Amino acid sequence: MAVISYREAVARGLREALQEDSRVFLMGEDIGPYGGSFAVTKGFWEEFGEARIKDSPLSESAIVGAGVGAAMAGLRPNVEIMTINFSLLAMDQIVNHAAKIRYMSGGQFSVPLMIRTVTGGGASVGATHSQSFEGWYASVPGLYVVVPSTPRDALGLFRTCRELGDPVLYVEHILLYGTRGEVPDEPYKIPLGQAEVKRLGRDVTIISYSRSVQVSLAAAELLATEGIQPEVVDLRTLRPLDIETVVQSVKKTHHVVVVEEAPKQGGFGAEVAAQVQRQAFEYLNAPVERVAGEEVPMPYSPPLERLAIPDADRVARAVRALLAS
Amino acid sequence: MLSKGQLLEFYRQMHLIREFERECERQYTRGNIKGFLHVYSGEEAIAVGAISTLQPQDYVVTHYRDHGHALARGVNSKAVMAELFGKSTGCSKGRGGSMHMFDAEKNFMGGYAIVGGQLPVAAGLALASKYRGEDRIALCFLGDGALNEGEFHEAMNLAAIWKLPVIYFCENNLYGMGASAANNLVMYQEIYKMAAAYGIEGIQVDGNDVLAVRELMEQVTHRVRQGQGPIFVEARTYRLRGHSIADPANYRPTEEVAYWQSRDPIPSYREWLLKDGGATQAEIDQIHAAVERELVVAAEFAEKSPFPVAADLYRWVYQEDGA
Ligand SMILES: Cc1ncc(C[n+]2csc(CCOP(=O)(O)OP(=O)(O)O)c2C)c(N)n1
Ligand SMILES: [Mg+2]
Repeated sequence: MAVISYREAVARGLREALQEDSRVFLMGEDIGPYGGSFAVTKGFWEEFGEARIKDSPLSESAIVGAGVGAAMAGLRPNVEIMTINFSLLAMDQIVNHAAKIRYMSGGQFSVPLMIRTVTGGGASVGATHSQSFEGWYASVPGLYVVVPSTPRDALGLFRTCRELGDPVLYVEHILLYGTRGEVPDEPYKIPLGQAEVKRLGRDVTIISYSRSVQVSLAAAELLATEGIQPEVVDLRTLRPLDIETVVQSVKKTHHVVVVEEAPKQGGFGAEVAAQVQRQAFEYLNAPVERVAGEEVPMPYSPPLERLAIPDADRVARAVRALLAS
Repeated sequence: MLSKGQLLEFYRQMHLIREFERECERQYTRGNIKGFLHVYSGEEAIAVGAISTLQPQDYVVTHYRDHGHALARGVNSKAVMAELFGKSTGCSKGRGGSMHMFDAEKNFMGGYAIVGGQLPVAAGLALASKYRGEDRIALCFLGDGALNEGEFHEAMNLAAIWKLPVIYFCENNLYGMGASAANNLVMYQEIYKMAAAYGIEGIQVDGNDVLAVRELMEQVTHRVRQGQGPIFVEARTYRLRGHSIADPANYRPTEEVAYWQSRDPIPSYREWLLKDGGATQAEIDQIHAAVERELVVAAEFAEKSPFPVAADLYRWVYQEDGA
């Protein structure tokens, strides 16, 4: 097993796709000589050439839309939207076209398009650049939404995504790129819709995805020193959602805290909470607790930004309060 | 005719912006400024020349590379620096940061960090002015990158059909983030010609010549003020630094960088001032000393100012009671 970074894991997935499938090509802003805004595609342009690494103008709608068309025509475009904030300019193509064409055409056409993008706050880049919209996209039938939290998951999920026949929003977290982890040497894959227990426990189930998994694991370490043993479940994909793994954990712990970075109202955690109470009501000893971003545009000022995003302390406090209730 | 005082004031502003950005880079390495930092170094002649032709009631709207426009508009350097430090005394109360500067008092309507997003907003400001019959125009800065966004097309068309009093001023510095404009725009050498497709007059100017920008913009603002509809200006320029502080910009050919360094708008203007503008070295030295003092004060002010307090996290999300 090799230890690689999250960035390297995504890059490896992309490189394999380019090497193994001539239908795959990349489109995105500054993915060429510049090497990508987060350096994921560094060296790709030199390695694969400009016909396959298509450095694109600042035209989010056009590049996603062109991805839709090329996918309908049988290619396997892989589009990078620099951050999820800019995906709003392409939302029409993602939601109204990519996600609907198979259905609206009665199954005649498909859109095997992979869109990679970057979510999250905590980088002090202010309100327009720190948002977490993956939960919004998770409410769109026809679209897959994938949110890896480790290098291993990033690569395993990537390998699955690139072979799907439908559009995928593959969401990387801005603060995870430098994180490192073990990745198996064999060409493993991770199917969509399979949550993973990232830490075994018995007292409470903490459910999250993407970077919030790391926050939850840190909270679990804090709590363990106090004799509380949380189980941490990583959803890994928001659509499809694996509620079964969550329910199995709840049957054991009887307590649930859902953690996410997006503002609480309408956040994806609300969907998780609703499904848990429906499917595991009799196992719950307390109402489902949620820890989420504050209901505020992300402040630039670092001390305020820290307050607006859940951290390990906040998760730990929520767990203590829940268990004491 | 510009007075010597005005000529020196242009120099003071350009020098202030350049030194302000240097101070930002220093403060960034000290960890006092966080996040993205896009400096305006090399493009000062544009903000200074163009904004000098506006009236106080006019609107200025810009993109995320906004420190220079803010300073040229007269936003206090202390407030801009404090904003970068994330302090409550910043011009956006620490909530906006480098890319989102605002100052209502100066009709500085904001730095917009979603490329192209400010163009329709500028049309709306101009629409409000026309609606109320005011003597008030909007000056909207954009990068060459913004021309690739749909919002550029939509805003230009809207401004044209409604004859809005707005100037779209494109700072063509030949690059977006790392991508050269040559790869993104067929018309990158003659962006101003794109305006014709919307029935808007397009004009090109040397963006590294403050007096050329000033002279052109005197006519342009006058005509837009008269109600003839929008005008599009393209200024050719160059950013002397990387896209952001994190970008070493080694994708640019050395000869190209050297060429533009030789065309740095500040030393060339200083030489002109001394030779033909009637300025003395003592006057230049005075400006340098005053700017240095101003920036020491700005940095101290930013450093000593308080961060926003936790209890204020929810301020300004919505209108407040009685506000
Ligand atoms: C809609 C959108 N897409 C991408 C970005 C990321 N981005 C920020 S600045 C920039 C380059 C813009 O270039 P240009 O408009 O020429 O301005 P310059 O930096 O040269 O002043 C890019 C791609 C963004 N902020 N917004
Ligand atoms: Mg540019």
